[in-house]
Amino acid sequence: MTYILKPQLHHPNLKTNDLGKTRRDYEGSVSTLCAGCGHDSISAAIIQAAFELSLPPHRVAKLSGIGCSSKTPDYFLGNSHGFNTVHGRMPSVLTGANLANRDLIYLGVSGDGDSASIGFGQFAHAVRRGVNMTYIVENNGVYGLTKGQFSATSDKGSKSKKGVVNHDSAIDLVSVALQLGATFVARSFSGDKDQLVPLIKAALSHKGSAFIDCISPCIQFNNHAGSTKSFDYVREHNEAVNRLDYVVGRDPIEVDYEPGTNTLVTQHDGSVLNLHKLAAHYDPTDRIAAMTYLQQRQAAGEVVTGLLYVDPTAEDLHENLETTSTPLNSLGTADLVPGSAALARINAGLR
Amino acid sequence: MRSLESTNDFVVKFANVNGSGSASANSMFAKSILRMGVPVAARNIFPSNIQGLPTWYEVRITGDGHLGRRGGVDLMVAMNPQTWDRDLAEIEPGGYLFYDSTKAMPPTKFREDITVVGVPLTRMCNEAYSVPRERQLFKNIIYVGALAALLNIELAVIETLLAEQFAGKDRVIKANVEALHMGANYVTTNLEPLGLRVERADKVGDRIYVEGNQAAALGAVYGGATVCAWYPITPSTSVAEAFTSYCEEFRTDPETGKARYAIVQAEDEIASIGMVVGAGWNGARAFTCTSGPGISLMQEFVGLSYFAEIPAVIFDVQRGGPSTGMPTRTQQSDLLSAAYASHGDTKHVMLLPMDPGECFEMGALAFDLSDRLQTTIFVMLDLDIGMNEWLTKPFSWDDSRSLDRGKVMSFEDLESGREFGRYLEVDGDGIPYRTYPGVHPTRGGYFTRGTSRNPYARYSEEGSVYVDNVQRLLRKFETAKSLVPAPIRHDAKAATRTGVIYYGSTTPAMDEALQSLAAQGLNLNAMRVRGFPFAQEVMDFIAEHDRVFVVEQNRDAQLRTLIMTEGDIDPAKLIAVLHYDGTPITARFIVSAISGLLQAGVREAAE
Repeated sequence: MTYILKPQLHHPNLKTNDLGKTRRDYEGSVSTLCAGCGHDSISAAIIQAAFELSLPPHRVAKLSGIGCSSKTPDYFLGNSHGFNTVHGRMPSVLTGANLANRDLIYLGVSGDGDSASIGFGQFAHAVRRGVNMTYIVENNGVYGLTKGQFSATSDKGSKSKKGVVNHDSAIDLVSVALQLGATFVARSFSGDKDQLVPLIKAALSHKGSAFIDCISPCIQFNNHAGSTKSFDYVREHNEAVNRLDYVVGRDPIEVDYEPGTNTLVTQHDGSVLNLHKLAAHYDPTDRIAAMTYLQQRQAAGEVVTGLLYVDPTAEDLHENLETTSTPLNSLGTADLVPGSAALARINAGLR
Repeated sequence: MRSLESTNDFVVKFANVNGSGSASANSMFAKSILRMGVPVAARNIFPSNIQGLPTWYEVRITGDGHLGRRGGVDLMVAMNPQTWDRDLAEIEPGGYLFYDSTKAMPPTKFREDITVVGVPLTRMCNEAYSVPRERQLFKNIIYVGALAALLNIELAVIETLLAEQFAGKDRVIKANVEALHMGANYVTTNLEPLGLRVERADKVGDRIYVEGNQAAALGAVYGGATVCAWYPITPSTSVAEAFTSYCEEFRTDPETGKARYAIVQAEDEIASIGMVVGAGWNGARAFTCTSGPGISLMQEFVGLSYFAEIPAVIFDVQRGGPSTGMPTRTQQSDLLSAAYASHGDTKHVMLLPMDPGECFEMGALAFDLSDRLQTTIFVMLDLDIGMNEWLTKPFSWDDSRSLDRGKVMSFEDLESGREFGRYLEVDGDGIPYRTYPGVHPTRGGYFTRGTSRNPYARYSEEGSVYVDNVQRLLRKFETAKSLVPAPIRHDAKAATRTGVIYYGSTTPAMDEALQSLAAQGLNLNAMRVRGFPFAQEVMDFIAEHDRVFVVEQNRDAQLRTLIMTEGDIDPAKLIAVLHYDGTPITARFIVSAISGLLQAGVREAAE
């Protein structure tokens, strides 16, 4: 969070997208996170994804809770409305915002403390309601802003910077999201932009609750030997199940895949997810298989990344509530107030 | 022994077992008297239970229109053996006991100073019906029929009510009418009418009979609420339920069948208010309904709404508690926790309805005020208003009224180059302008934070910036004084230096008490407060009097504390009159407390 705005001047030959915007138009204020923080890489990936998707920045609402990760929405999409809410309660605020206007794109950014500890309940309920959103947890397994306490995603047996061993079982948000009915579940790594950017693009175009657990090492408090969320550890144990190409629906689908190693998934909005399979037999449209696979690899000490599950036919909360297609926040007096004649009928029934 | 004799002025109390189906029969009893043009005030006293525990229903028949609880019982309908002894003890000397005489009771189970009326209800049911459920349900209708005959209530009126309730189910209507007559016939054949009588009158007028929660929910519909997020909690649940049913009726798009509203039962009260704040931030009118424990849980978000200046409406139906039990009893005990909810320097606008009529009005007004003031508005009901049917003036609506969305900058405003600073003082009233997310591609976007930002919503940790902002919030609160409903003053017929201040459901008991006190020669000027922050008139009223009683339904004199704090009033001047056992306050209580205090004061002055 900073009052330092980035200079607006940019190189005249910067690449533009379909809206004629450059990548710079998707940036925000200068980050105040520690130099080298994984979270800044995620912000950069969000900027890249929004730019490549040609999203009108002002049609994105970005919401967060409290913590290092929750500061980041100030650092991307500077023209968008943002809301730094209450610790652990971003999911409910995002849900309410989404109810008010179904036409915006909702991006929730949270951390492992914000979503797996104080906000575990709200995370779970927003996911199970099928709120149409992209929900990114910038997961570093540690409380950064309060200087190094374990979070609920810290692995059992991992060591804090001070050498304390964590004895509590870790919450694996990906497994939880799968069980709760999230219709898009992915895990990635802040240091793997090639994997992360297409995942964010696919999540943003997914209708329903799209969840990305993004491991994001804390270079100050959780990047040492004994940590299971350090750059070195994640690189060594990363088991990617697939690589994603995101293809906008209107583009011709040209894929350079060999038969048997790719999966094509068409989402509601016509966009196509072209998955280069890395793990044999991995089917990202089979929720139960995904859960089983995750547990197996986790037991083997691997961190599975990639698009783990997607239901391309998912429905969202608005469909369940059967709300009108006009955003509720734009309905006026005539749409909402039944008037005196209706009141006279009500009065007559109460005598 | 002299039996009580009274026409159109007595109290009937029904002692029942919860879950026995008595509620609708008892309600019909009360409504039949209303239909005869005689005002009633009926109150449920119910347990935290679905089946088995004792429950009572108290009906005050009041030709003079006193809608507060009177206290005391003239006719006890004792249908619950569990509570027999205490029910019997509650009957006024000379009063009446109605009971099921199927099983003989020893004389020691009765009192000598009351009239005992026995009707063998169980035997009559067992002879007439074979299905256990029928025996249970028709017993209730049989005793209503018997009571009608005893009290001179017109059977035709009850028959009409049955026909309305079971419209389209002729067989059910017929069976109920038969049961009704079975009870009435037993009385005319075997018993004498009581000294308590209902006589047809014309004292109800065009008033309606409705619960405050239902009225508040209708107010939310008329106030343009589109998002409701809530968590079940007695006594507020029926607000959300009524809102749901009114929305289904009035807010379904006639062409598409789609909903012009969204109602979410949240996982808890924190999520409820979070959704409300999110929807308010995004330009929809949103509310939650809750009670004291919910207010406790919502504190953090209410503070965020205050500082980030986001509209929200909370209907707080106050009650006793914690635990289960007292939460089904009434209190006015959340005033302070609502007024100063949350961490940091915060204070919040409250509307204080006295009856369902005002629940509707203030329920609708709350949404205009929340948009106008960009903050949380509390509507403070209580269980007595919320969950009991009250006789109240009919709902009315001015069709020329449109929703006041407050200071919102549109696409055109932004496009015209008008300066936008989300927290910028522009008009001198402390209220800044806001934009809805997504309104303009390049202008009007901002990052919302509770504090730590300048008038243009950019990050700042400067102390002076913080101070300027919270001073502006105080100016906004000052603006609110002229927007909340003004207090209502009633002066005594004779000049007096003694005043009384009260609010909400205390009002009918207070009105009646003022009449009784005046009859004793004790004159008080009265002021009913209807909103917080308090208007200057409230402080002027206190200044005009030597002493002012503050009558309210909690232990800690919360309204008195609020007045003292906000008006910088000498505590010695404000005398607390407090009622907090969970039953609604009565005129008898107020009269006894105030006359006692006044006489003690007179003695003190004389000594």
